[in-house]
Amino acid sequence: MGKAALLVLILLAGWPALAVAEPAPAEAGFAELVQQLDADNFVQTGQAVERIARSGHPRAVEILETMLAGSLQTLRTDGRVVVVNQVGRDFEITDALSGEDLGTVGRRDLSRISINNALRTQIRAALARASLNDPDATIRLAAVRRLMASPDPENLTLLQEQLAQETEPRVLAAIEVAMALSRLDADEPAVRMAAIEHLTGNLQSQVRNRLRTISEDDPEAAVRDAAAEALASIQRRLEYYRLLENVFFGLSLGSVLLLAAIGLAITFGVMGVINMAHGELIMIGAYTTYMIQQLFPGAIEYSVLIAIPAAFVVAGLFGIAIERGVIRFLYGRPLETLLATFGISLILQQLARTTISAQNVPVISPSWMSGSWQINEALALTWNRLYILIFALLVFISLLLALKRTRLGLKMRAVTQNRNMARAMGVRTAWVDALTFGLGAGIAGVAGVALSQLTNVGPNLGQGYIIDSFLVVVFGGVGNLWGTLVGAFSLGVLNKFIEPWSGAVLAKILVLVFVILFIQRYPRGLFPQKGRAAGG
Amino acid sequence: MGPLSRILFGDRVSWLFLVLLAAIAIILPWLNLTQPPDSPWYVSNYALNLWGKYLCYALLALSVDLIWGYCGILSLGHGAFFALGGYAMGMYLMLQIGDRGVYGHPELPDFMVFLNWDALPWYWYGFDQFWFAMLMVIVAPGLLAFIFGWLAFRSRVTGVYFSIITQALTFALMLAFFRNEMGFGGNNGLTDFKDILGYDLQAKTTRIGLFVASAVALALGFIACRYIVTSKLGRVAVAIRDTEPRTRFIGYRVERFKLWLFTFSAVLAGIAGALYVPQVGIINPGEFAPLKSIELAVWVAVGGRGTLYGAAAGAILVNNAKTWFTTAAPEFWLFALGALFVLVTVLFPKGIIGLLRRRGGEGS
Repeated sequence: MGKAALLVLILLAGWPALAVAEPAPAEAGFAELVQQLDADNFVQTGQAVERIARSGHPRAVEILETMLAGSLQTLRTDGRVVVVNQVGRDFEITDALSGEDLGTVGRRDLSRISINNALRTQIRAALARASLNDPDATIRLAAVRRLMASPDPENLTLLQEQLAQETEPRVLAAIEVAMALSRLDADEPAVRMAAIEHLTGNLQSQVRNRLRTISEDDPEAAVRDAAAEALASIQRRLEYYRLLENVFFGLSLGSVLLLAAIGLAITFGVMGVINMAHGELIMIGAYTTYMIQQLFPGAIEYSVLIAIPAAFVVAGLFGIAIERGVIRFLYGRPLETLLATFGISLILQQLARTTISAQNVPVISPSWMSGSWQINEALALTWNRLYILIFALLVFISLLLALKRTRLGLKMRAVTQNRNMARAMGVRTAWVDALTFGLGAGIAGVAGVALSQLTNVGPNLGQGYIIDSFLVVVFGGVGNLWGTLVGAFSLGVLNKFIEPWSGAVLAKILVLVFVILFIQRYPRGLFPQKGRAAGG
Repeated sequence: MGPLSRILFGDRVSWLFLVLLAAIAIILPWLNLTQPPDSPWYVSNYALNLWGKYLCYALLALSVDLIWGYCGILSLGHGAFFALGGYAMGMYLMLQIGDRGVYGHPELPDFMVFLNWDALPWYWYGFDQFWFAMLMVIVAPGLLAFIFGWLAFRSRVTGVYFSIITQALTFALMLAFFRNEMGFGGNNGLTDFKDILGYDLQAKTTRIGLFVASAVALALGFIACRYIVTSKLGRVAVAIRDTEPRTRFIGYRVERFKLWLFTFSAVLAGIAGALYVPQVGIINPGEFAPLKSIELAVWVAVGGRGTLYGAAAGAILVNNAKTWFTTAAPEFWLFALGALFVLVTVLFPKGIIGLLRRRGGEGS
């Protein structure tokens, strides 16, 4: 995927060079046309505009746009057509044809190409038509939208012509909508009814506005009713997509919570160690992403992918060091562990501040993670949140497999269920403790890579997640990975559903209060452990 | 031995602590008033104010030690009770400003004028009366602790779970108090106070008065805590700390003992906050920050849990160190504090008092 993206980048970078190296055969003729824009009368200028629009020259659209904006002028000295950009009292000029920079001149050196309203309208239509011929479907789509905004008969003929030769389904659909919109003005009610039927379910705001006017003003009652009904069904669809979008936001927040909490589900849930430095292990993962980007500035596209194993190893090693250095002396004293690891979290935060920077560091998102997936007019999902949602689930599944299917996982479960028996069977429990803690810490680091794509990376990154992740683990039920999964997603969705009517901060407070009350009612969480493991 | 003599003379160090406290309460203001500024014995206004703050912190640490050291409940939300007491006092002081605020409104505090409010919210009523504000200093933290504790102890939320939800509580309160709509001044909190009970807060005598009041509050709080821990209630609390299930099986209603101790401790914390606010001149939502509450635990742990005087001494020592570090080497303060957390839990679980006892060969 990265390679293909790189190839595309190279091609894109080389594109303008290719275009310049190969002069269009009609270059001289085009120069002639541009010069004709400075004609003595509007009729001649109009003809020049038409011919420029039809020429298909790469600079045609830009020249017409600057003319429309009134910044196309001629030099008094040699009559050359230039693009003018006023900076203070000076006028920076560039050649209209080549785009070459010609320096600055004074007002007296320039003469305006005169233009009137009729010409403006003509240029606008010509521009839209020129864009309709553009090889890029997105530009064609934009042109169709522009023509839709002023549905006069001429534009409609234009769209009809385009309908015959258009191949791109998106553009075709847009043209059909435009045609249907124009049929709403037809004299026969039957045609209007048919048009309304065609527009039912369309989510564009323009369609909704038209339908609203028709549902109020149309002379025929039947047409009014049909329009109202179509409008209502559109509203229902909008509501539905809004709901879907909200669920997506909730799941996205849930995936962040899951990533932050899942490492804790190992160290706290499985081992019973309260690790207040968990947030700082996330921070270490995020900083690792930053370091990798600094080390390989040329490979931003893959750096996030390299950072995942790197952050796992770095945070995991920090975790093992913390376990060997401090926590192992405190087993069986949870409150002391809490305080000691909190001290470690302060030290790690300050370490990041003094060795790297007290400010946030910039982490660049690769291009394949930016932008969004526009599903339809009403629903767009941002790629980074979508990828992180999938990533969170992948991490969860791999962790589950690691615990249930590997030898180390077997030993970990054995040690947590019955330490003495495991030791009697020859398991080196101290070693397993260190590795288990390292695994939880490593997963926190991996979470940091994902979070670096969503939030600011700085010394305080981890602090924001520690309370949330503890609550998720306790809410889901300590010692139960599935509980953490369900807990994270339900709290995320709950938060996003309260947010619209309460605001972000109050929503967070309400969720906190809800979890506090929930834990007091069900101290063992959503999915309490049963049997012998529950004791103690 | 009567109860009073048991409290005062039953333990030599406690007696020593009270004597030291009395000495501080008398000598520091006396030096501040009588010595010329160039004398080596001079105590500046700044230093006196600082010590007043430390005494409030010591009272706060005492309240944590009462439940953590003697009942095994580690609250990581005690900063919330401290801040609530502080806010109650701040609201009183705010309404004493009257029309001397920036906007000169006779009734509304500046921030409400700024938010275009035209009347005091209902929960500000009564705070212009000192007695009502003092009542709220006790009721607000006490009630919150009572409700929270009742819910938590009844469902047997114990140990780290309790610590985590108290932390979530103070975090939620911090977020809430940051909101302007709450009517507590939002981000900026309450500040710009002018006078208390008619005395100018900037005046030297008022400052000395507040300092002495803090010392007296600490002494009374200490005596009250000593009374509790030497009474039968205190014995039961220690039993709960050591083996909660066994105490329950013997027939004690464990959750009631915990609830009353927790509520009393929250009230002490609230009083500490109320004395703290006029001396520092501001109360803002930062006081609810979870970090502040966890720091409290380390003061207590450094001094030595389960001794009361250890907690107070720990608070004064750690805060002295903090003042020194934040002026001399600010970037090292968090390293030092973090290291303190680790060292005191791993190497010196009984704190400084424990170390001194081991040196003196006294106790176990």
